[in-house]
Amino acid sequence: MINRPKPDKKRLRRTMMFMNAQKPGLIKDAYIYGSDSIILDLEDAVAENQKDAARFSLYHALKNIDYGDTEVIVRINGLDTPHWQEDVRVCVAGGADGIRIAKCENAQMVHQVEEAVLAAEREFGVEEGRTLLMAALESPMGIMNAYEIVTASDRMLGCAISGGDFRKSMHVQIQRDGVEMMVARGQMLLAARAAGVQCFDTMFPNIDDMEGFKVEVIQNHKMGFDGKSIVNPKQIAFVHETFAPTEKEIAYAEKLVRGCQAQADAGIGVYTVDGKMVDIPFFEDAKRIIALAKACKVYHGDL
Amino acid sequence: MRNAVGREIPDNLLTNGREVYQGKNKKDGQYIKKASPTVRRGEKPVEDKLCQTIREACEKCGAHDGMTFSFHTEFRDGDYVASMVCRVLVEEMGLKDLHVAATSLGSAQDIFADYMEQGIIVEAQTSGVRGRIGEVISAGKLKNPAIIRSHGGRPRAVEAGEVHIDIAFLAAATSDCCGNAKGTGGKNNCGSMGFANHDSHYADHTVIITDTLVPFPNLPSSISCIDVDAVCVVDAIGDPKKIATKEARMTDNPRELMMAENVASVIAATPYFKDGFSFQTGVGGPSLAVNRFLEEHMRKQNIKMSFALGGTSSAICALQDKGLVDYILDTQDFDQGAAAHLFTNPHHVEIDLSEYANASNKGAYVNKLDYVVLSALEIDTKFNVNVITGSDGVLRGAPGGHPDTAAGSKCCIIVTPLTRGRMATVCKDVVTVTTPGDCVDVLVTDYGIAVNPARQDLIECLDQAGIKHVTIESLQEKAYSLVGEPEPLQWEDQVVAIVEARDGTILDVVKKVKPFSFEA
Repeated sequence: MINRPKPDKKRLRRTMMFMNAQKPGLIKDAYIYGSDSIILDLEDAVAENQKDAARFSLYHALKNIDYGDTEVIVRINGLDTPHWQEDVRVCVAGGADGIRIAKCENAQMVHQVEEAVLAAEREFGVEEGRTLLMAALESPMGIMNAYEIVTASDRMLGCAISGGDFRKSMHVQIQRDGVEMMVARGQMLLAARAAGVQCFDTMFPNIDDMEGFKVEVIQNHKMGFDGKSIVNPKQIAFVHETFAPTEKEIAYAEKLVRGCQAQADAGIGVYTVDGKMVDIPFFEDAKRIIALAKACKVYHGDL
Repeated sequence: MRNAVGREIPDNLLTNGREVYQGKNKKDGQYIKKASPTVRRGEKPVEDKLCQTIREACEKCGAHDGMTFSFHTEFRDGDYVASMVCRVLVEEMGLKDLHVAATSLGSAQDIFADYMEQGIIVEAQTSGVRGRIGEVISAGKLKNPAIIRSHGGRPRAVEAGEVHIDIAFLAAATSDCCGNAKGTGGKNNCGSMGFANHDSHYADHTVIITDTLVPFPNLPSSISCIDVDAVCVVDAIGDPKKIATKEARMTDNPRELMMAENVASVIAATPYFKDGFSFQTGVGGPSLAVNRFLEEHMRKQNIKMSFALGGTSSAICALQDKGLVDYILDTQDFDQGAAAHLFTNPHHVEIDLSEYANASNKGAYVNKLDYVVLSALEIDTKFNVNVITGSDGVLRGAPGGHPDTAAGSKCCIIVTPLTRGRMATVCKDVVTVTTPGDCVDVLVTDYGIAVNPARQDLIECLDQAGIKHVTIESLQEKAYSLVGEPEPLQWEDQVVAIVEARDGTILDVVKKVKPFSFEA
């Protein structure tokens, strides 16, 4: 039996790879491709009359496969279905790191899942509070309520927009420049940053269109996302490359951190680096870049 | 007697100067005397060497009981000629005690299995055994043990006189009336005739069999008319669909792509990856895909390949057309694109198996090879590779150039998934050693990379490049933890095949398979 380490709300999540929980051949070693998280799906990928089989497959995977450092999250069925309570019990009993709440629209829905999770943790003797939550925002209402959703529980690690359903409800098609979801992405990012949680973009559906995928990933990074849902291992490398700090960024951050540290030690209150005055937020951001570089394994310095 | 890869070789096989394998390059520098064929003088002017039937050609060349006949397998599963000839020898002429010397034996020669069972074919020497022939040999139904030789080992044995070919029956895409023949320009093309040329120099008699007779002289040619006794024209020499696919398909399997990408990263991290490097790869999923990722590294570092060696696919031809590869030295063509590309670029040339890989000439091209990427049915914790027997012990594979390129190259990379179905590819002991572990440098699997501890220099290169690697033992343990540890196979005492190392020593033997029982 595998006992997974306690989940970390703030861990690196550049890529979250979806796979059908019902396919043992897929999930048996999904960690080998190196995505930061995998999302084992009990919802859309699983046929209505196969939900039970998928739960069994999921439970045995969680209990018998050593996913190592790869985070294991489960997408449960919507709260408007008869499946979600049993899904929650299986996730908690198996020791999943987190649950992705599909079609989340308000804080009340988060509370509902949280209650079920707590009950399951008590039922199966799992440490209370261990199981993390994240919300998939798939409708205009979900986006409008993003802030109340991500602040509804201490278990909340972040939120993700789900493009397929969202575009349908907005009567728009996927666009190369992302204009059809620009506002929604922006609003969700604001809510997540305000709440201090992570924020993830939707998956890119056409796996053969690597050029289109790259355009979207670059935009995601520019907008400030922490990561992206993906549906194929070949999408991993580019996201990781794009989301890792560049050598130039790392070098400048290192200079800032060292400079500010030295001046603070010397009792100087207003920092200057390269003759320019540096505010505290710059110092904090530089520390964040170094931490991210370390997590991405591209930092070779000694800070 | 136990050999250098720890295999017990029965003493009764160690006669007539036969030795057990003693390690890599142990015969380097020794002198050998080459055998020579006995040929019939053609002094008189002749109009042509055409024969109306294969039987007429056989009779002209003195086909007899107990003779050794050879053929090549450039037409792979689409070959009609070997079976056509064998049927004439057996059914029409009633010959017996036949010895076969082939570059491979597969489903296109299934009829040979019948003749082996009937005791008509008594001996087989080949670089590969697949299909029903493998099952028949493994069941102990061939009179003498089969001899499995690598692509370089075969011309070595021919030149040493260990195999003396009475008649070589060589299929050719085109020939003229006197036997200038090649693998291009006809109805059924195979491209390179690298598997065939050498036999025409060493066989007592050579018969060319073609379905496309062209005007004399058919030049430039792969086989010269001075080595040819007879030419037969038949309706079709092969089934084009089975000779070669239109284009070897690049895999889109994410697991294979990941392995291919890792192979390319390993290559790019080693010191031989510089302008003028040389490279060989196969056509299997991850191997072929290495070409694609290698191109990116070559462009990034602005370097070019001096030569690509061995079996050729459209992918490497495309790299040549883009100016990234100077020469292609081609022994066989894996797809129609590659076959058509041969000779159209003056730097895409044909070489024979001796030039390619023979360890007992004055230096084959494999000796100049930097990288080779190969697959494996199994690899064990000593890095020994098996490409000839399945997990049930039955012959079903081909060493081909595997042992030669592994030994000759500076960096031999094996790429294989950790498990296939419920079989562990990385194991404690391979069923049969076809390539010794001292020739294998790096293993790339879907679960991680392992470097042969004998190659500390490569370990340092990978560490410097930040490429993670683990011990091969940990990969083997992982494999067993996933699919379980296999029960050892059970064998009878009868040796059904001898696996020869490329230097002619005995690397391993394959015994008759005993049906599995739980008692043993």
